[in-house]
Amino acid sequence: MILPAALLPAVFFWIFAVICVASAVMVITARNPVHSVLFLILAFVNASGLFMLLGAEFLAMILIVVYVGAVAVLFLFVVMMLDVDFTELRQGFLNYLPIGIPIGIIFAVELVLVVFAWAFAPDASSAVAAPPPPDMTNTEALGRLLYTRYVYFFEAAGVVLLIAMIGAIVLTLRHKVNVRRQNVRAQVARTPATAIEIRQVRPGQGI
Amino acid sequence: MAIGLGHYLTVGAILFTLGIFGIFLNRKNVIIILMSIELILLAVNINLVAFSSFLHDLVGQVFALLVLTVAAAETAIGLAILAVFFRNRGSIAVEDINLMKG
Repeated sequence: MILPAALLPAVFFWIFAVICVASAVMVITARNPVHSVLFLILAFVNASGLFMLLGAEFLAMILIVVYVGAVAVLFLFVVMMLDVDFTELRQGFLNYLPIGIPIGIIFAVELVLVVFAWAFAPDASSAVAAPPPPDMTNTEALGRLLYTRYVYFFEAAGVVLLIAMIGAIVLTLRHKVNVRRQNVRAQVARTPATAIEIRQVRPGQGI
Repeated sequence: MAIGLGHYLTVGAILFTLGIFGIFLNRKNVIIILMSIELILLAVNINLVAFSSFLHDLVGQVFALLVLTVAAAETAIGLAILAVFFRNRGSIAVEDINLMKG
């Protein structure tokens, strides 16, 4: 079966959207948290496909690098590091189901109704802040915007990441007693005079 | 059938609902709650990028990039807190986290 080329974006949209939603359902219902993480990875990969369809190639690649490469692996690491009895945590899962499902369905239906009941304002297209320049790739256009007009936001994002890194290190660092730690200052301050001793050893006699 | 903005916004809405629902459903398991927050932020990003694409405005993608950054930082801090909490208490059940109840 050969699809007409005009149909391909729609086909790929439905593939990506359906798999994304289905794996999001599996994330919150899977029994094993490791499976949850793996389905989260699947959801993010498919969302990245959606971004690609929308023409946001840079964000699609960043989504894969940041989420699949870093965040999901972090989740996997923590899930496997913590020795938790997850079946015990599953108890009470069904308690919230009877009231949760109607609320969730109502919420989703309302959101979707909102989605299909609006239109762009007539002057919306004239209020566009940064139209993508023609004959430029998405990455280049985004980079030009990010490094010029939004450079303060870009640096603020960098500061957020720095603080997160320092915070994570400060939170998880612990000084154990009875563990010998590397003393960098003593190591650097060693000189030949303090470290080497020359002895005259006569034959037949020990030191 | 052409794929319009509404389709993408619907996917975002469904993902958002699933994220909220996941927080309710897995009230005891902090790791799943953090993953649900990731889903919610992903839904927000899909909305931002969809609007950016259909309005021909790159600022939405810049904003989505910042959301992505904050989401990554939030996950790192959240999982660090989780690891420390597990080390101190030996459990990650949310119902045990009531030390600050006053």
